[in-house]
Amino acid sequence: MSGLIQCDRIWKRYRVGDVDVNALRGLSLTIDKGEFVAVMGASGSGKSTLLNILGCLDYPTEGGYRLDGVDVSKLRFDQLAEVRNRQIGFVFQNFNLIPRTDALENAQLPLFYRGMPLGEQRAKALAALKRVGLGGREHHFPTQLSGGQQQRVAIARALITSPSLLLADEPTGNLDTESSREIMSMLEGLNRDGITVILVTHEADIAAYAHREILLKDGQVLSDRTTRPAPGTVEV
Amino acid sequence: MPAFVWMTVLTALRILSRNRLRAGLTMLGIVIGVGAVIAMVGIGEGAKRAVQAQIATIGTNVIIIWPGATTVSGVRGSQGGAVTLTVADALDLKKKIPLLAETGWAKRDVMQIVNGNRNWNGPISGISPSYLTIRDWSFSSGGPFTQADLDSAARVALIGQTIVDNLFDDGEEPVDAVIRIKNVPFRVVGVLAPKGQSAQGSDQDDVIFIPFSTAERKVFGTAFLGSVGAMFASTDRAEDLPEAVEHIREVLRARHRLQNEQNDDFTVKTQVDIGKVQEGTSQTLTMMLFSIASVSLLVGGIGIMNILLVSVTERTREIGVRMAVGAKRGHVLMQFLIEAMTLSLLGGLLGIVLGVIGAKLTTVIAGWPTVISPEVILVAFVFSLAVGLFFGLYPANKASRLNPIEALRYE
Repeated sequence: MSGLIQCDRIWKRYRVGDVDVNALRGLSLTIDKGEFVAVMGASGSGKSTLLNILGCLDYPTEGGYRLDGVDVSKLRFDQLAEVRNRQIGFVFQNFNLIPRTDALENAQLPLFYRGMPLGEQRAKALAALKRVGLGGREHHFPTQLSGGQQQRVAIARALITSPSLLLADEPTGNLDTESSREIMSMLEGLNRDGITVILVTHEADIAAYAHREILLKDGQVLSDRTTRPAPGTVEV
Repeated sequence: MPAFVWMTVLTALRILSRNRLRAGLTMLGIVIGVGAVIAMVGIGEGAKRAVQAQIATIGTNVIIIWPGATTVSGVRGSQGGAVTLTVADALDLKKKIPLLAETGWAKRDVMQIVNGNRNWNGPISGISPSYLTIRDWSFSSGGPFTQADLDSAARVALIGQTIVDNLFDDGEEPVDAVIRIKNVPFRVVGVLAPKGQSAQGSDQDDVIFIPFSTAERKVFGTAFLGSVGAMFASTDRAEDLPEAVEHIREVLRARHRLQNEQNDDFTVKTQVDIGKVQEGTSQTLTMMLFSIASVSLLVGGIGIMNILLVSVTERTREIGVRMAVGAKRGHVLMQFLIEAMTLSLLGGLLGIVLGVIGAKLTTVIAGWPTVISPEVILVAFVFSLAVGLFFGLYPANKASRLNPIEALRYE
């Protein structure tokens, strides 16, 4: 398998007041296509920073990041926006749906920025919502949906562009156990369909859905182990 | 891109309809500004047209020459206060200045006019036949008198509509009737078509025209034979008016043997000069309108900018999400610009409607003529759009410069 993600000695330095804070210290990492990776670590270990860089929302201060063979660490804002639009789907802890906008329109948002014709956007969004089990709820507003349903709208939004990479930042952090299980098995299913999933979490039982677990500490990889041999059926 | 613009407009409308009160208050400045301008321009334009129509009743390319207006150590005599213009002057002007199409003259006095048991006190003008041509008088019945009437000092009269109304019963035929002016019987040969008010507000139809020679010899009892109250001339083309005026001054100064240091003993004015006075008034009005419009549009624009800045802050997270799923800076910029322009455009449209209603109400209530031209509406439309664009630029730019990570984390 080829390396979808190749991080080469990434440094990320922030300036907080007069002090430089190194969130990432020469982190190197390779993730192949089709992997299901859980990134763990205590708060301040740099996992959010890593996810932002992997998601092309942020730039490394030093080091190279190749996504699908392309060096994205030198791209400009709008080029990164395009990479995010085409290759990456995001799922956030707090769902981050656009308020007072129905599920359908939330789901079609990435296509909207591709300039796709409206009818096509609509058809794809309907299909994506159906795929996450929200058929019939297209015109519900986020406030009319439960947390689990909102997160499913977010997953539909992430899926709609057929991304190669799905980044989930504590996707179950705001959900009850039952919804958490639903969302995780959904992510699992997507991974089985070939999407690379990177999951940031601090909950061990959530991390257990992944096949590989990367533990960060002080901006470096502390441990990196394969918890399951290969993508396949998983029993909880 | 069209799909993007369309959806952004829809989104903007939805966001505005969510906060109707806020949107309404934000638009108020633009609504009032545009509405006031539309209404005022409508009223101003109506007044201007009315004045233009009045000036047109003077005639076409008319030059008027009054005697007098000599200054004696800076004190001006009243117009017509001196007897310095004569028929000979008028004839000589016509002969010496080829630019002049016509010259005419008139002399006027107010006298008692009697028809049967009715009487009226009105202005009598002794005129040369050409006067009628120069002043564009036409007839509602009968016709003008002729050079022969002038030569023989015939007792014939042309009367205006006001005279008809006051001296004749309804349905009574004025033409060929005999009226008495200062006890001299005159046969009415023509009734003049009404002209209405003059630019100065006097009734132009309160006139009786009789041949100049008749007036001089049989009615007025003039001390200086051949002196006229005013001379009139016309040119074929409006562009020739200034040059003609110069020639007239030269010829008259030579005829009156005026030395270089002496002032003119006459006053020459053209129709254009009279129009200019009115134009000056309407320009002042226009400037006032312009300043009102600028201030209200400025205030309205600042209102829009303010509400948009609030909106950008409120929707920071949303902007972050949009960026995360692939919105470029241009998309975010456009979104807020379109929202600003939707606001200002809605305000502008409401203002236009309000202004048109206001103008119509003015016509109905005050009876003033108003003219709403499509150009004004177009300008108002474009201006409100421009206000949205201009004042939306800063908030929109601010939104597009947000850092997506910070925006996503914003609480």
